[in-house]
Amino acid sequence: MPDSLLFGTEVLLNGLMAGVLYALVALGFVLIFKASGIFNYAQGVMALFAALTLVGIMEGQVPFSHLINAAFGTDIHHFGWHVPALVAIIITMVVMVFLAWAVNHFVMRHLVNQEPIILFMATIGLAYFLEGFGDLMWGSDIKKLDVGLPQGGSFWIEENTQWLGFGNENFYGFFLDKLDLVATVIAAILVAALVIFAQYTKQGRAMRAVADDHQAALSVGISLNFIWIMVWSVAGFVALVAGIMWGAKSGVQFSLSLIALKALPVLMLGGFTSIPGAIVGGLIIGVGEKLFEFAIGPYIGGATENWFAYVLALIFLVFRPQGLFGEKIIERV
Amino acid sequence: MFYREAGDFKTTYADDNQTFPIKFDRYRYYFVLVFAFAVVPFVINDYWVNAIFLPFLIYSIAAIGLNILVGYCGQVSLGTGGFMAVGAYACYKLMTAFPEVNIFFHVLLAGGVTAGVGVLFGLPSLRIKGFYLAVATLAAQFFLVWLFNRVPWFYNYSASGQISAPERTLFGFEVTGPNTSAWAPYLFCLVLVTLSALVARNLTRGMQGRQWMAIRDMDIAAEIIGVNPLRAKLTAFAVSSFFVGISGALFFSVYLGAVEVGEAFGIQKSFLVLFMIIIGGLGSIFGSFAGAAFLVLMPVLLKNVLVGMLGWPTDLAAHLEFLIVGALIIIFLIAEPHGLAQLWRVAKEKLRLWPFPH
Repeated sequence: MPDSLLFGTEVLLNGLMAGVLYALVALGFVLIFKASGIFNYAQGVMALFAALTLVGIMEGQVPFSHLINAAFGTDIHHFGWHVPALVAIIITMVVMVFLAWAVNHFVMRHLVNQEPIILFMATIGLAYFLEGFGDLMWGSDIKKLDVGLPQGGSFWIEENTQWLGFGNENFYGFFLDKLDLVATVIAAILVAALVIFAQYTKQGRAMRAVADDHQAALSVGISLNFIWIMVWSVAGFVALVAGIMWGAKSGVQFSLSLIALKALPVLMLGGFTSIPGAIVGGLIIGVGEKLFEFAIGPYIGGATENWFAYVLALIFLVFRPQGLFGEKIIERV
Repeated sequence: MFYREAGDFKTTYADDNQTFPIKFDRYRYYFVLVFAFAVVPFVINDYWVNAIFLPFLIYSIAAIGLNILVGYCGQVSLGTGGFMAVGAYACYKLMTAFPEVNIFFHVLLAGGVTAGVGVLFGLPSLRIKGFYLAVATLAAQFFLVWLFNRVPWFYNYSASGQISAPERTLFGFEVTGPNTSAWAPYLFCLVLVTLSALVARNLTRGMQGRQWMAIRDMDIAAEIIGVNPLRAKLTAFAVSSFFVGISGALFFSVYLGAVEVGEAFGIQKSFLVLFMIIIGGLGSIFGSFAGAAFLVLMPVLLKNVLVGMLGWPTDLAAHLEFLIVGALIIIFLIAEPHGLAQLWRVAKEKLRLWPFPH
């Protein structure tokens, strides 16, 4: 096989892996949007917050230590213990559920029946708040997240794909990051779990009912408050998983919150209301931007990944305004 | 009692059509103008100009522009930072290409260039609505910033990739560059702000503004009563981008002097201006000013209190600022979704009745 085709295939595979991670973030958006009509811009920051909390708990950091030190002139930083990853993940999940409750209780409950744009703004405010809060609580330095996920390239795949080169000595097999492989598996499990949850459990059915029609759901005795807290908790859980994956990949830092921006074109492409759409959209965007950067990027200055996804989504939307799998937009006067 | 229509007789059509038909409004407006033009320039120093007045005035123009698009025409845009960058780079290219032309015209032309780019990115708004459009405008944001970063022609092949404003004078006084006296750039911006506000105010209360509002309230219904959605939306994008472009040009040439595009005109800038019009009030020119003032003043105030008075480290103060801005936005949205402008409207109602509430 010629070099460019082989490298192209490798780029394609890596793009698929990146796409899975995008899809993971986009999933959180879709869940909240479906159940409450809120376009939750804070999803990325929630991932950052979850990852920060996870690292903080694992390392035994004292929350708000910087604030306390500045206010009282003390010098405390650590409790001096280390929490195992699994326990820390569970504690973080509890924190995320509490966060879901707080968001619902202090913010969203007061904004029922407001226009969608107002709700969107509120989540941007929430994103700022959480970002400041997380940094204040755990400090803003770049942290290393190590929950025992495998790192580095997978030699097994590299060795077992070398024959594809058919004697081409420039080709040493496909290079794939182990972490990306794990992320793909976890994302697949997560999606399956979410679909099963939404389709076959009582709470999942209630959630879909609320998504269809708030008032009708209320009238058959479904508690909106409970469903909303639950949805935000599930979104928090998805954020936690995404935070772990991205955090393990590139460290826990501010730029983690920007993955929300990466997830937006995925959503546009897939449609705001469709879980399969988020997955397919993520894969298309991941593959598309990697291939574009590989094939055309060098001729026009590189770093096209910043905008390619948006422009692709924009062009796509002009032809199909509701996205790939979104519900058809019906407009009445 | 103070604020009333009664007793304010209009005897000509010109009187009836004036920008501020109520006496109290008019005098307040004149008072603010006189104060801003005749008093402030004599008392300000460099710190006040650079920390408060210039950012306030420049952001006001951007907020007015975005308010026309979002508040009046209902097209949510997250591309403000990108359009400001267009204004800045257009101004830079014009300033370096035609050094003999007055900077005032450069700034206006930069606005014109931005208006063109705005129309281009506004075209999809005919097909895409709501959130999809908001996200689509992000394409403008990222693409434009990338373009200015990667194509050397835009920054005249300078080694650092930055653009820096050459020194330019207006009536013999320097308005850009390092050797300006405090009042010159202030007055330059103030003139442009006044002009922008006047134009915006009169556009929005005239036929064009009503078309925009009809589109905002329900575009299909507006189309049925004879508003051309293509024209209305694209003019909104053009006018809005024009103002945003002017503000970007001023931001670069008068305020910062040297700009690195990703840092100065990133996505954060888009959100900042959006916050200004939300906190100030969507669909209100006064709200644009109020929001800009609020978001310019608050960080300065917080910094002075936390770092200056309490002696806390600056990074902590920055985190706290994030937290407070976020909390304030949420509180504002819950307490008063229509922003500071609505508070002002309520205050006017009260003034109208005071001191006899019945």
